[in-house]
Amino acid sequence: MTIALETRRLRKSFGALTVADGIDFSLEGGARHALIGPNGAGKTTLVNLLTGALAPSSGQIYLEGEDVTSLAQAKRVRRGIGRTFQINSLFRSLTVLDNVALAVAERTGAARKLFRPAFSHDEVKDEAHALLGSLGLSDDASRAVRDLAYGKQRLVEIAIALGMRPRVLLLDEPAAGVPSAESHRILEVLAALPPEIAILIIEHDMDLVFRFARRITVLAAGAILMEGSPQEVAHDARVRQVYLGERAHV
Amino acid sequence: MYSAPARLRPLEALPWLLAIAVYFAAPSYLPLGAYVFIMILFTLSLDLVVGYGGIVTLGHSAYFGFGAYTAGILAVRLNGDPLLGLAAAALAAGLLGLATGAVILRTRALTLLMLTLAITSIVLEIASSATALTNGSDGLHSVPVDPVLGRFAFDLFGTTAYFYCLAVVLACWTLVRSLVNSPFGAALVGSRENDARMHAIGAPVYARRLQAYSISCALAGMAGALLTQTTQFAGLSTLGFELSGEGLVMLVLGGVGRLYGAFVGPTVYIVARDYLARQTPEYWYMGIGVLLVLIVLFARGGILGLVDVLVNRLRAKRS
Ligand SMILES: Nc1ncnc2c1ncn2[C@@H]1O[C@H](COP(=O)(O)OP(=O)(O)O)[C@@H](O)[C@H]1O
Ligand SMILES: [Mg+2]
Repeated sequence: MTIALETRRLRKSFGALTVADGIDFSLEGGARHALIGPNGAGKTTLVNLLTGALAPSSGQIYLEGEDVTSLAQAKRVRRGIGRTFQINSLFRSLTVLDNVALAVAERTGAARKLFRPAFSHDEVKDEAHALLGSLGLSDDASRAVRDLAYGKQRLVEIAIALGMRPRVLLLDEPAAGVPSAESHRILEVLAALPPEIAILIIEHDMDLVFRFARRITVLAAGAILMEGSPQEVAHDARVRQVYLGERAHV
Repeated sequence: MYSAPARLRPLEALPWLLAIAVYFAAPSYLPLGAYVFIMILFTLSLDLVVGYGGIVTLGHSAYFGFGAYTAGILAVRLNGDPLLGLAAAALAAGLLGLATGAVILRTRALTLLMLTLAITSIVLEIASSATALTNGSDGLHSVPVDPVLGRFAFDLFGTTAYFYCLAVVLACWTLVRSLVNSPFGAALVGSRENDARMHAIGAPVYARRLQAYSISCALAGMAGALLTQTTQFAGLSTLGFELSGEGLVMLVLGGVGRLYGAFVGPTVYIVARDYLARQTPEYWYMGIGVLLVLIVLFARGGILGLVDVLVNRLRAKRS
């Protein structure tokens, strides 16, 4: 298996607080990998470090074997790292179609065009429509995002990330805030993602994690506590202690 | 953007038809009309950065004034061709925008606002001390202006000035309209709406903003050049931040981020000022103040926002 994304001794401190403490982590090509850990463990921070939204205090990040640690976020992202946000980060007053088209246009280079109206860029719109169709959002294409139900907004989060056609996709709690009756819809969408995309999912819903992930990394206080198959993680005493202990169903 | 076509609607012909109508109906207002066009262009350039780019600035007069002086100095020293002066002003102000924008656009919000203020102060300071070029606080008087295209001389009634400014505004409006409707404009709105997300989809946000900023500065410079050419005078007031503030007020009055706010705002503002200043000169500022308070309280989207609300109500009633 090829390694899609890798970190070596990655560290990040906010003042005296160390939120990533020498993380050695690798994500294989086509992975279905979950990152779990208690609140404040540093999961979101790791995503921010991987995408380049935050600069690490030390350590390296490799994308498909290449050191991208000092590459600016936009450049790194254009090489294939997509992400979603734990708290919706959408273009709220724009339509669903515009939300996705913005991402598509960045990837195809259409976004650099100064004169031809966006509306007449059919290649961008067609791709965005197709993507929305695959996520069951076609009927909402021309609605403003802020008028959508929260569950659908979570799907738009994913749709924007997919508009970039990422090779690595970092999903930060995609089902957070979605009523449990609707979270199966998110799982369906995740299950149907192209197998070649390497996916790292952060999720608190253990049901979803164990159904989706083939490998799990447990993060606690900025360090990797353990990594293994869902079985191994479920039966690890340390993991139960710091994280799963309170959850009776595991 | 991608969802809605940017077709030319019949209503968009209105400003231009009105401009022609004014020529026939109120010929004595042509000089005031030319001034309105100049402020429309300035406000349009502001709308590109403030309304679409989300960059709130109090420094745009720096580029307006830089353009005004570029056109003035060029005409006094070398050549009085108005189109040449206009092009030189656009280039000079655009380059100044590129150089200053490269520094200030790395910052955000209040810091950015303060830096834009600093730019006007610096440019103003330079202009008032470089007396050999600018004539200091006296300004450049009797700037020579050749006939437009070698044929249309500037006349006492302001006819040439009126149509010259109208043509320049029309050309610039076409440019800005196509910019804001393009994918580039959509991406600009994207970073205004959600900067973090634009970064996360790989958009070179800083470079885009700088590009928009420079274009806007070039347009502001052209507005400045028009003022020099139509009044044959370039003075330090073109560089003061009062002008930047006035531009913002006009934009807010008309409606921010909607292109036509830049037409409505300056027109209402300048016509109201002209009227009020004649009726009760001492209360003019109070009049505009009251107008602004009303806008901010009842019509956040400016006059055009108010029109939207009324039209929507009428439609809702009908259906
Ligand atoms: N920009 C920041 N400045 C200071 N502290 C931060 C910042 N971002 C996150 N933290 C802190 O880092 C820790 C890890 O946060 P986060 O990565 O969001 O955790 P998780 O996603 O695992 O819940 C928390 O204690 C949080 O308060
Ligand atoms: Mg988090």
